[in-house]
Parts: sequence; structure tokens; C-alpha cells
Amino acid sequence: MNRVQPTAPLPETPTFAMLRTLAGIAMLAGLLVVLVFQWTRPIIEENKRIAIEHAVSKVVPGAVTKRDFILGPDGLHAVDGGTAPPGERIYLAYDGSGRFIGVALEAAAAGYQDVIRILYGYDPVCQCVTGIKVLKMAETPGLGDKIAFDPAFLKNFAALDGTVDPQGGTLQNAIVTVKHGTKHQPWQIDAISGATISSNAIGRMINASAQRMFPLIIRYLDELKRGSVPADKPDGGGR
Amino acid sequence: MTGQLIRQEQVTPDTFLRGLWEENPVFVMMLGLCPVLAVTNSTINALAMGLATTFVLVSSGALISLLRNLIPKQVRIATYIVIIATFVTIVDYLIQAISLDLYNALGAFIQLIVVNCVILGRAEAYASKQKLPAAVVNALGMGAGFTLALLCLGTVRELLGAGSILGFHLFSANFEPWVVMVLPPGGFFVLGSWLLLFEYLKQRRARKAEAAAEVMAHGS
Repeated sequence: MNRVQPTAPLPETPTFAMLRTLAGIAMLAGLLVVLVFQWTRPIIEENKRIAIEHAVSKVVPGAVTKRDFILGPDGLHAVDGGTAPPGERIYLAYDGSGRFIGVALEAAAAGYQDVIRILYGYDPVCQCVTGIKVLKMAETPGLGDKIAFDPAFLKNFAALDGTVDPQGGTLQNAIVTVKHGTKHQPWQIDAISGATISSNAIGRMINASAQRMFPLIIRYLDELKRGSVPADKPDGGGR
Repeated sequence: MTGQLIRQEQVTPDTFLRGLWEENPVFVMMLGLCPVLAVTNSTINALAMGLATTFVLVSSGALISLLRNLIPKQVRIATYIVIIATFVTIVDYLIQAISLDLYNALGAFIQLIVVNCVILGRAEAYASKQKLPAAVVNALGMGAGFTLALLCLGTVRELLGAGSILGFHLFSANFEPWVVMVLPPGGFFVLGSWLLLFEYLKQRRARKAEAAAEVMAHGS
């Protein structure tokens, strides 16, 4: 018959030993994390830059290079890594000969599962959206995720009207998503059947961003075409 | 500092192989099922999550084994969690450096490796009691078993749900993807099917062993 041996009582551990262990482990953890962070940071930044550049070339047809700026109510600002000026980050897109051909902007709204983030292009000459690229989403595979690749849905953004009302400083017509098969106007987005919430989210986010940013783009178009900030503001920006 | 006598295990092939079959973390121990169900909607996601978990298992197992005599029993769980969280943060940065698309596809499940019970379970039950070689080999076996289980689910779900493996389409254009397989219910269906298969194989092996023992008994 097996006899159960009584468990020996846990030996007393000095408080200092416990503190020393926890502090030592915390220091080692901090050192490892900081080392790896410093090592991978430039690689991650480069990956992000390439991803954004790739996305800009998708949403602004013909774009080869881009430069980053902040556009706010008081005009164009350089991205210098210091205190962020009021406004939103925009990407000025240039063709192979260095000619300004459009702007790429970020927009986001709540989708079916999580926030959807997109990059979309705007051509100030035709005052229209020229394309979208989904940067992040968690929509239902096979249904909501079609917003990223469904050719019929993406066709909505080939020349989606975003004309700015010269009087009011807003869009002449709000960009809206309509039920599948009922699109009749150039500012309407034809929803994907079975993915209404995701389609609506795209329409909502583009309209909200366009109402804020398109009037500013038109107002500061000359600065955008020059691709430089006025002399009293610091220069800089991406490539 | 535990002051207890613990049997040190010799490193044998079984130290590694146990994690693959006999003590497979998913199919036998049913641990870490959250990422198993969540990220196995494609083969590449399954492989990346498996490798990330293996890295954390091996690294944390090695460090805990090295420090086992310095960690007081009273603060061991806090210490293990800090060590595991460190290596999860490292693997998080590494995946971002390797591929941002992969990082976005895996989402929050990379950070959630911290609370994967396979890792804390191995730390508490094995690495904290064994020497470095045994802890590393055992963690490698467990990681390989976990990755294998994720791949078993990921390939079947991608094949049926998208008609492809690793993004390569294997069927003609007439193939209608069985979308439910890449949705959450598909994870449960496929996991259930694999568990059924594993249980059947286990029982068959036990029956064979029993029959062989009977033959031996009658023969002698």
C-alpha cells in the first residue's frame, strides 16, 4: 500500500531575494525589448513606407513617388517629427516626370467587426476620387472582405464625384452608399449585396474625410502643386 | 531555491517526440485553443503563429531553465509572465519587420501568445524543473506539435474555404469555395474532425497493443 508522504513546508525566502529576482528579471526584459526594438525600428519604418508608397500608387493611377505633408485649416505643413501641426497627413503623388498628379488620404470608420482603415486617392483636376485601398480590416471573409477586391465595387471609385461647392466650402453632393443596383449618380457608391454594413462604412468614411479635406485641397491647390510649404514654415516631408 | 528534490530527465528522442503525438498541446492536451481556432483560416497564418509560439516556448523555456535555481517559488508566476511577455514583444517586432501583411493578418493574436496556456504550462511543469538541454528540446517538441496542429487545421480550412493552399489555387474556376470553413464555425468543424481522427488512431493503437499482449500471453 502506498503511503502518502507529507509535503515539506516551503522554505522561507528572504524578501530581498524575491525583490532581487523580480528587479533583475525586469531589467533583463527591458534590455532585451529595447535592443530588439532599436534593431527592428528602421526595418519596420521602411516596411511601412513601402506599404504606403505601394498603396499610393494604387489609389492615384500613374503615381511613382510621393511626399508626406500635413494639411490643415491654415495650409500645408511639413512632416518634421516634432509637434504635429493641426491637420491631417496627406500624401502628394507625382508621376515619373515629377509632375503633381493627385493626393492620397487616409480614412477610417467602424465596419462589421472592427474599424476599417483605407487609403483613397483624389484628383483635384476632375475633383473626383480615383481609387481606394483597404489598409486594415477584420470583415467577414467571403462577405464583407469583398470591399478590398470585388472588381464591381472597386469600379465605384474610378471617378467618384467629389466636387467642392465653391460657395459653401463643402461637397456639392455628399458621397453616399446606395443599395446594390440603384446607383444613378456619380457621387453614389453601389453597395455589395450581402455586405451592406461594410459598403456603408466605406461610403461614410470617404464622405466624412472628403467633407473635411477636399475643400482644403482645392483652397491650397497652388501650394500642393508646388509641393513645398511657404518660407515661414519648416520644409521637410517624405521623399 | 525551491529546496525540493526533482528528478532530472535525460534528453532522449522521446523528450522531443512527446510534444508531437503523445502530449500534443492541441489534439491531446487541448491547450491554446484560442489561436488554434482564430488564426487557422489560412495555411500561412497557421504557420506564422506556430513558429511565433515555438520561438516564445523555446526562448522562455531556456531562460526559465537557466534561472530556475534563482527564482523563488513565491514569485515564480510573476517572473515567468514577465519572461514570456518579453519574448512575445520580441516576436511581435520581428514579425512586423518580416511582413506587415502577415502582422495585420495575425492581429491581436500575436500579443495574446502571452496568455497561451501551453507556454505557461511548460514553464511551470517542465522548464522550471529541468536542465537547459531537456527544457529546450521539450519546448521544441511542444512547439513543433503546436505548429503541426495549426497546419492541420489551416491547410484543410484554406483548401475547402478558398480552394487554395499557401495562396496557390488548386481547383478549377468552377470550384465554389465552402466559405463557412474560413469563418469561425469552420474552425470548430475542422478541429472536431481532427480530434475524432486522433482519438480513432489512439484507440486503434491501444487495441493493437492489447491484441499483441494477448498473443504474447497465450504464446508463452
